[in-house]
Amino acid sequence: MEKIIAYQSEIWTAIGQTFTMVGISILAAVLVGLPLGTYLYLSRSGNLYENKVLFTILDTFVNIIRSFPFLLLVVFLIPFTRWIVGTAIGTIAATVPLSIISIAYYARLVEQSLLDVPKGITEAAIAMGATKNQIIFKFLYREARAGLVFGLTTATISFISYSTVMGIVGGGGVGDFAIRYGYQRFETELMTFTIIMMIILVQAIQVTGTAISKRLDKRS
Amino acid sequence: MIELREVEKSFQDVKAVHPLSLTITKGQIHGIVGTSGAGKSTLIRMMNLLEKPDKGSVRVGDKILTSLSEQALRKARQSIGMVFQQFQLVLNRTVAENISMPLELVGLPKKERRKRVAECLQFVGLSDKERAYPSQLSGGQKQRVAIARALANNPSVLLCDEPTSSLDPKTTIEVLQVLLHIQKTLGVTIVIVTHEMDVVKSICDHVTIMKDGKLIDSFQIQPQGIQANEDHYIEDLRKIAVVHT
Repeated sequence: MEKIIAYQSEIWTAIGQTFTMVGISILAAVLVGLPLGTYLYLSRSGNLYENKVLFTILDTFVNIIRSFPFLLLVVFLIPFTRWIVGTAIGTIAATVPLSIISIAYYARLVEQSLLDVPKGITEAAIAMGATKNQIIFKFLYREARAGLVFGLTTATISFISYSTVMGIVGGGGVGDFAIRYGYQRFETELMTFTIIMMIILVQAIQVTGTAISKRLDKRS
Repeated sequence: MIELREVEKSFQDVKAVHPLSLTITKGQIHGIVGTSGAGKSTLIRMMNLLEKPDKGSVRVGDKILTSLSEQALRKARQSIGMVFQQFQLVLNRTVAENISMPLELVGLPKKERRKRVAECLQFVGLSDKERAYPSQLSGGQKQRVAIARALANNPSVLLCDEPTSSLDPKTTIEVLQVLLHIQKTLGVTIVIVTHEMDVVKSICDHVTIMKDGKLIDSFQIQPQGIQANEDHYIEDLRKIAVVHT
């Protein structure tokens, strides 16, 4: 316990870094991943914005991003990261590859949630004379909302997991703390503490996400 | 009221509807019958251009839908109600919110929406279900909500694609009564696609028979006509025909 108190400030810094990385990832997932996933769904053949070429390009892009072992993606993206934020090192730099994977990951989950909405809903909306935006916001998102929230919960937990390896580019965070202080300095107590902290955090996110998603779901 | 002129439609190599013309008079309840695959669903879906005909023209009221712009077509669709076999209600919206949807789409103020929704609910006899979600309703009630939703914008035409096909006989009657009530009190032109003879017999005053994408016959009948044998329903329908057209 004294160890934990002794490293208090480092732990807080690490927690702050994790929250920054994960928070920005969530933001990227919602702001870019949601529209991307929606467009993936809509550009499929037979759907509202059917476009074979764009669908194939985006679909392949998402697949490529997701097939990278994450560490390699981080390294691979270093020039891009440097171009975006001016440096490839540090917490903010770490959010670039994290955001890229977050966007690809959540886009897929969004696409899946929308695919679960019965096609007939779109048809009913068209028959009512809805515009494309109205179909997306008033019909599709409404019907898919439980899945969208559940997906974001699952995604958030993955983002936390991804963020733990960001020590490689000096991103810091809880995972990096556990490795450097707990593992490399043989402070098993510190490592155990971080792991327990992570379990509680993930558990809290999952329970909250599931509860919200359940509340929003009136489909059965 | 509705005029299809030489419309035809193919899906890949399959001809769903061979060139045909059909006129539906204002205020009619017009049944379109035939076995599955006869092209009757495709036909009704051409009446609001959910299915765009490969050739031919579709007129509803004074608008020729096939020559409208995307935007004008959307406007026109707002006064053509449609009811589906699987209801297609938004399950995450309450009954009242579902009925309110077409009104939201046209930007009606909230207060007026609420008033109109209450009227529609009363019309289909579901005022007490306002706050319920569709999953809490029976099939017949869901279809009545769908009908109320289709009526919200005061349409001149109501298209019903197999409206009772997923309902049991008792709830079928419940839905048919609502449809009949709509025709009698609101004068809405109703088109019903169905494979169920009882539906045609009990409420339709005109019937069109389709087979293999072709229009076999179209004639007036007396609603509540004689008992027909399901196996010979085309013949039976002809027997109760009042006027061949």
